[in-house]
Amino acid sequence: MKKITIDPITRLEGHGKIEIFLDEEGNVANAYLQIPELRGFEKFCEGRPVEELPRITPRICGVCPAAHHMASTKATDAVYHVDPPLAAKKLRELFYCAHMIHSHIAHFYVLAGPDFIPGYDAPPEERNILGLIKKVGLEIGGEVIKHRAYAQDIQATIGGKATHPVCGLPGGMSRVITEEERKDFEEKAKSFVEFGKFGLKLFDEQVLANKKYLDLITGDVYFMKSYYMGMVDGNNKVNFYDGDIRVVDEDGKEVAKFKPAQYLDYISERTEPWSYLKFPYLKKVGWRGMVEGKDSGVYRVNSLARLNVADGMATPLAQEAYEKFFATLGGKPVHATLAFHWARLIEILYAAERLLELAKDKEVTDTNIRTIPTAIPDEGVGVVEAPRGTLYHHYQTDERGIIQKVNLIVATGNNHAAMCMSVKKAAQAVIKKGEEISEPLLNMVEMAFRAYDPCMACATHSLPGQMPLEINIYDSDGNICQSLRR
Amino acid sequence: MEEFEPKIIAFLCNWCSYAGADLAGTSRIQYAPNVRVIRVMCSGRVDPTFVIKALRAGADGVLIGGCHFGDCHYMEGNYKTARRVALLKKMLGQLGIEEERVWLEWISAAEGSHFAQVINDITAKVKELGPFARQNNS
Amino acid sequence: MVKLKLALYWAATCGGCDVAVLDTNEKILDIVNIADIVFWPIAMDFKRHHVEAMEDKSIDVCLFNGAVRNSELEDIAKLLRAKSKTMVAFGSCACFGGIPSLANLTNRREIFERAYVEAPSNVNPERVFPKTKTKVSEGELELPEFYDTVLALGQVVPVEYFVPGCPPPVDLILKVVDALATNQLPPPGATIAAEKTLCDECPRKKEEKRITKIYRPHEIIPDPERCLLEQGIICMGPATRGGCGARCIEANMPCRGCFGPPTGVYDQGAKMLSALASIYDVKDEKEIARMVEEVLDPAGTFYRFGMSTSLLQRKRM
Ligand code: SF4
Ligand code: SF4
Ligand code: SF4
Ligand code: FES
Repeated sequence: MKKITIDPITRLEGHGKIEIFLDEEGNVANAYLQIPELRGFEKFCEGRPVEELPRITPRICGVCPAAHHMASTKATDAVYHVDPPLAAKKLRELFYCAHMIHSHIAHFYVLAGPDFIPGYDAPPEERNILGLIKKVGLEIGGEVIKHRAYAQDIQATIGGKATHPVCGLPGGMSRVITEEERKDFEEKAKSFVEFGKFGLKLFDEQVLANKKYLDLITGDVYFMKSYYMGMVDGNNKVNFYDGDIRVVDEDGKEVAKFKPAQYLDYISERTEPWSYLKFPYLKKVGWRGMVEGKDSGVYRVNSLARLNVADGMATPLAQEAYEKFFATLGGKPVHATLAFHWARLIEILYAAERLLELAKDKEVTDTNIRTIPTAIPDEGVGVVEAPRGTLYHHYQTDERGIIQKVNLIVATGNNHAAMCMSVKKAAQAVIKKGEEISEPLLNMVEMAFRAYDPCMACATHSLPGQMPLEINIYDSDGNICQSLRR
Repeated sequence: MEEFEPKIIAFLCNWCSYAGADLAGTSRIQYAPNVRVIRVMCSGRVDPTFVIKALRAGADGVLIGGCHFGDCHYMEGNYKTARRVALLKKMLGQLGIEEERVWLEWISAAEGSHFAQVINDITAKVKELGPFARQNNS
Repeated sequence: MVKLKLALYWAATCGGCDVAVLDTNEKILDIVNIADIVFWPIAMDFKRHHVEAMEDKSIDVCLFNGAVRNSELEDIAKLLRAKSKTMVAFGSCACFGGIPSLANLTNRREIFERAYVEAPSNVNPERVFPKTKTKVSEGELELPEFYDTVLALGQVVPVEYFVPGCPPPVDLILKVVDALATNQLPPPGATIAAEKTLCDECPRKKEEKRITKIYRPHEIIPDPERCLLEQGIICMGPATRGGCGARCIEANMPCRGCFGPPTGVYDQGAKMLSALASIYDVKDEKEIARMVEEVLDPAGTFYRFGMSTSLLQRKRM
């Protein structure tokens, strides 16, 4: 049996690795996405005072630290049964919109975009941010850097630091925002809205207008039916910061809607000996392995899932884009894995519009942003939509608020099974027996998991902007018979 | 098998405890030979780092001796010591270090026999606990 | 000018240190101007055998972020050390173990038990744990082995410079780049940050440090102008190296010590413990017991970013 290794595909809690096994004929037998690292936050948070967790858990991931910070902060609210003042909630959501924008910009423009502009089959040395800039013009590159920096600035202003912010604590936020800062946020938000519109236009012109790409998006290689999970507000619109969790099936029918605190009734996790990352699945459906179908509890999260579970977007321009998205791709739900990218661009626009609404609201400068908790702490769950999907923090404490137990279900974890399946499917489609395995073909395999933006696909891919990739094909005696590298 | 003889480091303040130890010596009071004395001007001079360093450097137990409350030559030194040692014990407990490895005792210049008693007690206790071995890598 | 050969590597890390390099924004071009980046695994094609094939000391500077928590990472650290003239521990994880080194308060067995069996969402009646080698029907899959104790880079290989911070702030990163460009690095062994404590550069008003009660950060709305420690909130400033620009303090939150101990301090935790006990002004036994009670988690607070390089390094268990 031949084995193809794609290693490193870079980070999730460190590093990641794809193993593809070929059968005797040279066809793909199976594919595994392995996460070779674990750090043990669930254990070493025990004994810490619960209010410290918003400052500890962001170190799970420096690419989406604000998501952990917010999920953790909300869990501490729940542990103390405290409701923060409205101004604090608005400030948190404003902060969090900035985070979404930062993360999505980095992913789309730096990492995923080059697969479409200049294109997945362009030479690897052009398939990066520089190639993208070459194609669309230099000022675009400047806009990308500028807006990512804006988003980081807003987070740093509110949170002390953009990476590993410190502003959230049980009952509210630590620092009052000045009127001057609010005005600055408002200006930046206006610019984000323009940038968000621009992104969708770019996608229209460069991707959708090109039949080759549209076919690729809607074609079989990247098609996978599954359940979808995401957070919605009271009107079933997409929300990143707060709401209920909704799950729809492959026909788009709602099969569950629950409060964060009820997550254990809906999600179970499986351990496989070959990965340090677990495999969550829908508890009521059950685990049938990595297979499609309604009786398989595999579900997906992240941008596409959020759009699929919601009835729409809460802001006007994003709503327009949402409608166009489903109209173009044949109605709800969309099962095209590559559509995660398009959905991400729609979310940038939503986050920008929402951020603008919040920045215009003078209440965010209110000085009353803390409610001092008075209840006896016990247990709480905090959930947000991280850029990469639904993120659960669940804490149990003693009566002084010292952590006894922690459970975490991280965004990328939710997609672990689905990513393995998508990779396998793409590999099966592009690696055919007897045919030479070329670099663009392997890139198409990588595109399958890159669509999920699996945390490894972080901002840091920017400089030369390409994923490292090495493929070794072993014969059954373990000797390398073909080696491909870029 | 040879019997375990613990190594005890004693930080004694110059004005009371060290004088107490001296008295034990001149009075020829017998006590366990396991202790190495380090004289400091005041128990308040004993930084928690010293205690941890002593353990890391091979001590099995540490004694800090100072003047009784109210008698410190520098007025407040021993109160500070009391607070530090109490907190240090809690922290060492979290690091898996038995509370009885670190002792704080008030010993005046006149209490030679008390000093001897303390040394015998700490030696016996630490003997019971066994050697302190810092664990490092897996 | 001959361009420097620069390598960036990440070990057990969150990625925030890499994001910090990107946060230099357009100035990242200055870095590219003075240096050829020969390795940056997240950005470039990088395999172990490429490094192995290089001449010893052929990399000018290696910026290494992340802690060391398995044998694979230890090997890579040793390899990069051999190939690099200058090794820089970049970020608190590489310098002191960082937050991941809080795992030194537990061990592999406990972590596995919690993560894979005990957690309430798990369904694992057969007690399956990740293994270094797994036979699947198509072949064999491998995972690296997990260590009990997290190590800082300097505990595995000699290190010339330390750049603390979780993550290091942009101005410090630029300072390092500048020093590299102009060949004005300080003598080896130096930490690139302030020499003195954070309190020394903290803009807050300090009066007489005396407290009789400790407040947890959520229990009190602190005066934004006054020293937090004097208001009864544990702030690691007195035991922490300056140089971060008091970033957390500016957000009205206490320092948690990510810059590690200042020059001359051997053990950050012991130093902070000492500072706190010194200003907590109570005298009788009962009050002292109350103080001990109020400091809920001395080890996890005072060694928040530095269990690995603390004198005791880990919990005995
Ligand atoms: S020092 Fe902080 S930012 Fe850097 S890798 Fe460690 S946890 Fe992440
Ligand atoms: S203790 Fe904290 S708040 Fe006070 S001066 Fe030092 S750093 Fe500033
Ligand atoms: S205030 Fe303390 S914890 Fe915050 S960045 Fe500075 S050194 Fe690190
Ligand atoms: S002089 Fe003896 S304790 Fe201060």
